[in-house]
Amino acid sequence: MDHKRIGIMYLLAVGLFFTVGILFAVTFRLELFSPGQQFFSNGVYNRLLTTHAVIMIFLFIIPGIPAIFGNFLLPIMIGANDVSFPRLNLMSWYLFMIGALIAVTSVIMGGPDTGWTFYVPYSALTEGRVVLPIIAVFILGWSSILTGLNFVTTVHRLRAPSMPWFKMPLFVWAIYATSWIQVIATPVVGITLLLVLMERFMGIGIFDPTKGGDPVLYQHLFWIYSHPAVYIMILPAMGVASEIIPVFCRKTIFGYKFIAASSIAIAAIGSLVWAHHMFTSGIADYARILFSLLTFLVAIPSAVKVFNWMATMYKGSIRMETPFILTVIFIILFAIGGFTGLTHGALSTDIHLHDTSYVVAHFHYTMLGGGGVMFFAALHYWFPLMSGKMYNKKVANLGVALFFIGFNMVYIPLFIAGMYGMPRRYATYLPEYTIWHRTSTIGSWFLASGLILMLVNILWAAKKGQKCAPNPWKGLTLEWTVPMPPPEFQFKDVPVVTHGPYEYATGASHE
Amino acid sequence: MSELVAEAHGHAPHEAHRDPMGTKIGMWLFLFTEVTLFGTIFIAYGVYLYMYRLDFQRASGELNIPIGAMNTIVLLTSSLTMALAIQALQRKKTGMSLGLMAVTVLCAVAFLVIKTFEWSAKFHHHIGPSGLDAFAPHMALRPMGERIFFGLYFTMAGIHALHVIIGGIAILFAMFRVKSGKSTWDKPEFVEYTGLYWHLVDLVWIYLFPLLYLIH
Amino acid sequence: MSHEAEHPHILPTSVYVAVWTGLIALTGVTVGAHYVDMRHLAIPAIMVVATVKATLVLLYFMHIRFEKPLFPLMIMVTLITYAIFVVLTFSDYLYR
Repeated sequence: MDHKRIGIMYLLAVGLFFTVGILFAVTFRLELFSPGQQFFSNGVYNRLLTTHAVIMIFLFIIPGIPAIFGNFLLPIMIGANDVSFPRLNLMSWYLFMIGALIAVTSVIMGGPDTGWTFYVPYSALTEGRVVLPIIAVFILGWSSILTGLNFVTTVHRLRAPSMPWFKMPLFVWAIYATSWIQVIATPVVGITLLLVLMERFMGIGIFDPTKGGDPVLYQHLFWIYSHPAVYIMILPAMGVASEIIPVFCRKTIFGYKFIAASSIAIAAIGSLVWAHHMFTSGIADYARILFSLLTFLVAIPSAVKVFNWMATMYKGSIRMETPFILTVIFIILFAIGGFTGLTHGALSTDIHLHDTSYVVAHFHYTMLGGGGVMFFAALHYWFPLMSGKMYNKKVANLGVALFFIGFNMVYIPLFIAGMYGMPRRYATYLPEYTIWHRTSTIGSWFLASGLILMLVNILWAAKKGQKCAPNPWKGLTLEWTVPMPPPEFQFKDVPVVTHGPYEYATGASHE
Repeated sequence: MSELVAEAHGHAPHEAHRDPMGTKIGMWLFLFTEVTLFGTIFIAYGVYLYMYRLDFQRASGELNIPIGAMNTIVLLTSSLTMALAIQALQRKKTGMSLGLMAVTVLCAVAFLVIKTFEWSAKFHHHIGPSGLDAFAPHMALRPMGERIFFGLYFTMAGIHALHVIIGGIAILFAMFRVKSGKSTWDKPEFVEYTGLYWHLVDLVWIYLFPLLYLIH
Repeated sequence: MSHEAEHPHILPTSVYVAVWTGLIALTGVTVGAHYVDMRHLAIPAIMVVATVKATLVLLYFMHIRFEKPLFPLMIMVTLITYAIFVVLTFSDYLYR
């Protein structure tokens, strides 16, 4: 029931699913190497694509940072010995694994072919396996809810008495905001997917246009959760960035309160923008204008964060270690992802770009370039703490370089093809698009080998790595005061916090 | 829920401290998930009520108001007895507390029995989810809005009934804990939280009853 | 951390019974109102009555009136978020 063990167990499981997800992606990109049918029928392509998305979203990026690093670090960072409900935490883990097993079973039995969004009416009618994945998502949702519930309570109750809210590390703020979204929004998608099952088995009619139901209502209910879900994915990543940047710049974070507040603001505004996924679904003009406006508003807190990070780096004494390099890459990729998002938020351009590969490139820049990259940054930053060992930094940097090149090779062509009108999710394409798709497929090999190199390097270090001296990055947050790796009860006495989490300039230290 | 509460008394490996305020926060967060869960179906209901106002009125008129009102009274009363059971426990009147919880469980059973009668009468009149073979031919004759109304009626009332069952079992469990001395006047959390859950089930019905039975 | 003395606020039985009586009476009001023709005020009216009932349950049966401010605050966060979900969804349906 130790929160650190649970974190490590999540790490192993999520790492495995992530690798599988990459393999699925590389596989279906092969089909797109040339126009026409190469290796897979359209049906198989649909299933590969859906499985890739379901794995990456529900088994990698949503649980990724909160379940792994949140579990391992959140209690330590606030001076506690565990989360508020250790047994509930273990139960979340079991629910996660049960959900994951059901998802895997459904893939073996043929897999869903609906896309990860399970849009009705198709999902209520298709012969594809949608029942099992829906049950899997429902269970995974509960795992996510219970983790969130646990973290909110932990932050309220178990902070060291000497740590007021505004002395908490920013990662804790980010996880706290994320946890609230998990608690409030996840049940919405849970019940919505159950309604799809009711529709499938009992024909209650609410999502079936032939019975007077409105499929667009499904889209509303689905995105009420699933848009905030992208903030479940990105907020913790931003929290990690706020931890890493001051450490490697040896400077106090610029605008602590604004970054903390912007996490809450993103969580709040991010819950109000969901219908921008539906601008072409035939919703009311009035609603489209409203949601477009709200969508643009999210840019404000996001920009607050980015500018504060830049201001932190300004005139810092920067050390280019792997976690910091990844963080810089994150800022670049996420900025591209963010700016290309604005073209969807604008109603006129969205009509042109909706459902093209431009969208695919956009959300991979934010999700993989954002959440994914920061997952690796967190892994490289906290790995010494988790294992007491250090990885081979050169190999890690090589992996990062391969990844960065591959990433842009995969997705920049997709932006271009999308602007020329290449639809997303298609198993084939017209010959004019060959150059873009072929570059993208070749890029996917670089991207995958970069990621796998980083993972193998970490695994190797966990087994045979050199012992690492305590506090290798000279961080000031509480997790660097405990032994590496931390023993089961990291704090014999409740720690006393005398300085803010990032007071490098004042010469504060743990020694 | 039992899991949540167990933490309060369980021996976390270290410190073994109880944190009633913490478990209460956890319990309320759990209740919020129920609020948005039911809330989502209420949104769906609201949308179709807006789209098919007349059909909804006609279909709602076929529901049995006295039966619905009776069930409302049963549930409200059970909420009262549950609240009093907690109060009795805090005043160290264990026997009284057990008795009041038993009454609460009986109310839950009564609610479900009444519901069963109500539903079998509906099924007898070929009213049911319109996709099931038994009802499809008859339901197909009705206007779209009425079919959707009954689809929602059976879904909402069904999910609510499921919560009544879960709540009833939780109360039985709470009685067991009181009897075996695990929940006492100075450690009443489990019973309190079971009560919170039960009141939430009541809250949902407070909205369900007029929306399903009394649409004018 | 958890050492503040907890003095559970025990309400007298009469309060609970009074609340229950109020709830039953309000149920009577909604059912009775069903037979009065209120046109398009009917649905708002039953929602108002239901909300009064819900508030009574929340404040007394669920003890929110006697909890620390954190609890009403958390409830408001949830309810406001939910209310915004409703309003924004209907910004589509009302103007289609």
